[in-house]
Amino acid sequence: MITFLGLIVTILVIIAIARIVRILELTAYLSGENSERITEKNNNLQGTLNLVFLFVGMIFIVFTTWRYSRFILPVSASKHGVQIDNLMNVNYVLIFTVFFITQILLFVFAFKYRHNKNRRAEFIPENHKLEFVWTIIPTIVLGGMIVYGLTVWNRITNAVSNKDAQVIELYGKQFDWTARYAGKDNTLGKANFLKININNPLGVDSLDPNAKDDILVKELHLKINQPTLLSIRAQDVIHSVYMPHFRLQMNAVPGMTTQFYFVPSITTDEMRKNLNNDKFDYVLLCNKICGMAHYTMKMKVVVDDENQYAEWMNKQKSFDGTAVADNTNPIKVSAVASK
Amino acid sequence: MENQAHVINGHDAHGHDDHHEQSFWTKYVFSQDHKMISKQFLVTAIVMALLAMLMSMTFRLQLGWPDNKFPFLEKIWGHWAKGGKLDPTFYLSLVTIHGTIMVFFVLTGGLSGTFSNLLIPLQIGARDMASGFLNMLSYWFFFGSCCVMTISVLLPDGAASGGWTIYPPLSALPQAIGGSGIGMTLWLVSMVLFIGSALLGGINYVVTVVNLRTKGMSMTRLPLTIWAFTITAILGILSFPVLFAAALLLVFDRSFGTSFYLSDIFINGVALDHHGGSPILFQHLFWFLGHPEVYIVLLPALGITSEVIATQSRKPIFGYKAMIGSMLVIAFLSFVVWGHHMFVTGMNPFLGSVFVFTTLLVAIPSAVKVFNYIATIFKGNLVYSPALLFAIGLVSFFISGGITGIILGDSALDINIHDTYFVVAHFHIVMGSSAIFGMFAGVYHWFPRMFGRMMNKTLGYWHFWITLICVYGVFFPMHFLGLAGVPRRYYANTAYDQFDQLVNINSVISVFAMVAGLAQVIFVANFFYSMFRGRKAEQNPWNSNTLEWTAPVEHLHGNWPGEIPTVYRWPYDYSKPGAAEDFIPQTVPFSQTESSNAAGMH
Ligand code: HEM
Ligand SMILES: [Cu+2]
Ligand SMILES: [Cu+2]
Repeated sequence: MITFLGLIVTILVIIAIARIVRILELTAYLSGENSERITEKNNNLQGTLNLVFLFVGMIFIVFTTWRYSRFILPVSASKHGVQIDNLMNVNYVLIFTVFFITQILLFVFAFKYRHNKNRRAEFIPENHKLEFVWTIIPTIVLGGMIVYGLTVWNRITNAVSNKDAQVIELYGKQFDWTARYAGKDNTLGKANFLKININNPLGVDSLDPNAKDDILVKELHLKINQPTLLSIRAQDVIHSVYMPHFRLQMNAVPGMTTQFYFVPSITTDEMRKNLNNDKFDYVLLCNKICGMAHYTMKMKVVVDDENQYAEWMNKQKSFDGTAVADNTNPIKVSAVASK
Repeated sequence: MENQAHVINGHDAHGHDDHHEQSFWTKYVFSQDHKMISKQFLVTAIVMALLAMLMSMTFRLQLGWPDNKFPFLEKIWGHWAKGGKLDPTFYLSLVTIHGTIMVFFVLTGGLSGTFSNLLIPLQIGARDMASGFLNMLSYWFFFGSCCVMTISVLLPDGAASGGWTIYPPLSALPQAIGGSGIGMTLWLVSMVLFIGSALLGGINYVVTVVNLRTKGMSMTRLPLTIWAFTITAILGILSFPVLFAAALLLVFDRSFGTSFYLSDIFINGVALDHHGGSPILFQHLFWFLGHPEVYIVLLPALGITSEVIATQSRKPIFGYKAMIGSMLVIAFLSFVVWGHHMFVTGMNPFLGSVFVFTTLLVAIPSAVKVFNYIATIFKGNLVYSPALLFAIGLVSFFISGGITGIILGDSALDINIHDTYFVVAHFHIVMGSSAIFGMFAGVYHWFPRMFGRMMNKTLGYWHFWITLICVYGVFFPMHFLGLAGVPRRYYANTAYDQFDQLVNINSVISVFAMVAGLAQVIFVANFFYSMFRGRKAEQNPWNSNTLEWTAPVEHLHGNWPGEIPTVYRWPYDYSKPGAAEDFIPQTVPFSQTESSNAAGMH
């Protein structure tokens, strides 16, 4: 409400300013300043305003950054996310440096070289040495960034071929998500959109033996330190699996399967403690415009420790209707991975 | 057409102004004169820009105060804002049409259409465009396309609402979202008209620059504006046909049951009979236009900035050849970076690496341009016209928005910020605001050339400072929303507890947005007031070197009453040591400037 009042006040202020300017204009006109030529007074004022803007702007930038950086996502809850964050930090240093140097030069020069009728501009059409230097420096810096960036990228994307991962399917449709666990065999049963019906929302092929132990859930549970391969599909339009706390995003595209490999590294409980917020939950958002309720299309994500995970998994029913009965360690690969 | 041919040949100096009377219709409406067409583009673009701005202010209200109701919205948008609450589907329509209008109608049609038309013939010394008739068609295609797009907002099912990128299947299936019905059809019709306009205009610009330069106007004596407009036109000619192809295939999928982009879709209880298509194909085609498009938007603004900064600094543009070179490199690279919009589509990661490489390379010529601008101001003697302020503002935005491009172009980082508000912040600053500021700079600078009158400078200053502050106020904080994980194209963030803490940022942004919007009232008032009541302009109000200021203030058909002037030098002989004045127009031969020739003949 206060902001709204602020808004109205600002509007009135603007209108008042516009009025005042008109009046100033008319008086200038009457007092004989009879052209739109730029005067020395204009130059001094506008030049100085450039400097003022630089100062105020820098304060605004620093203040906003300080004030709002607390909202930035917390430390990454996945292993590869840590590498992404490191790369990001290097980039921050780089771009803030460039930002401050160039903006300061720009506005300081804009102030310093404002018009002065006793002076003439210097005729400097080029300077090959300088131009060479400022071409070669960005080239080297960017070369470094390319190499560093691609190293991280390759590490993240090559991991898809790891054989030790637990496979989980994420399936998007207007406007919700379903997860399908591959069960004991760690192989998802085949699926086909022609088989979709009310009882079989993902179109899983019930004749495929691999499908028998598949488990469908509406809440994504991940096991801590468990290499996980997301296998992603969509039913109707493009959606996107976005799990910002894990630095993870991959589109869900009708007609094809996409993948993302990652290792969750902080449990929900630990993260709650970190953030001092016992209501915190990880979340999966849809991040590709997909229709009217796009902005509500989400799924809760929970990272469990070994025991919590086993307990949760025990409660789930597999695709052919029987509960995952026996053990505390329903997925055999996970035993390998947790060593 | 016949006397058009005369006009083009131009060397015969008979009076072009008097020998055919023009009716109201041929003079103001179906005009074939580049100067009139330029004004038509500008006024149309201003109207469209106001419309798009109104849309953005509407959805900023929604985003800033998601729990409030604004009854006056119902007055504007009718049943889409029942009781003052914006409908979520209509929100998406507004975002889509806002983006489309801004990118295509304001900053492509509006910017290139206005300034390429005005300046190409006047700055190269031509009587008119190569084909006045095609030029006229180009405007009327543009006008038609604006009308169709505007009408689509009034449809009962809503306008296109899949985002300005219209990715299928969402854009292909009316059952997926209301706006994908007739709304999308009109969007496509409008875009086809627009592509027609862009191609007719583009071919005309290139042909004119290549063939109709006056005597002495070699390519290396062209002002940087003309280089920028020409390169832009070439980009358009090479990329718009690809958008046309993409749109055409989409029309087939929508209306004739083909499966170019559609496969394995089950929607509303029905399995659709589409097999083997790929939605990703559309994205490749779209971004093959889409990325060059951002340079189609930006390069003319950079060209205008070069010209304005040099003139108002009373100093040659620093590194003229480097400026041309970097524009050419940027233009070339813009065709091989489109995949940076698709890092998380499941595209082959190796292909992704290639696009990272090419994308980050773009930063080099961009940096060179920034350094050249700063070096031009260095030791200049800056005359603070509103145009110069806007040009400086552009450079500031180009830096602020360009550096975040380094982050977005890095695929590993893009994983987490793709499609978030970080992207919205990035492209609004580097493309939206830069190009708009370039356009403002152009309007303030060439207004006397267009309308023979001056714009009020004091209002110009106010307009500049309020807008500059508000642009940073709106878009800088958006980076933090993105880094907090807020997706773009969300009607509200209320479904996520983690975003509750961001409500305040959103309100602050919205306040800045409203003030920015209101500041444009100052501009519009100034523009139309000055058009009729502004003070009469002198022939060369900025003491500029370029040819357009050698033509009389009153517009003549054919531009110059007598012979077209001959050009003897480059356009940037400002403050040449030894010269009497601080500028030497391009039409002054070296034989008349003995005292200053030692400083180099360009
Ligand atoms: C008054 C100034 C402006 C404001 C306040 C504004 C605000 C916004 C906001 C908040 C969005 C994102 C909405 C969402 O994702 O839900 C948006 C989208 C967009 N805006 Fe602006 N904008 C402004 C001017 C411009 C300009 C000058 C351009 C020119 C390039 C532009 C181009 C776009 C585009 C292309 C989109 C994306 C549309 C889409 O997601 O499909 N905007 N605008
Ligand atoms: Cu979705
Ligand atoms: Cu791009």
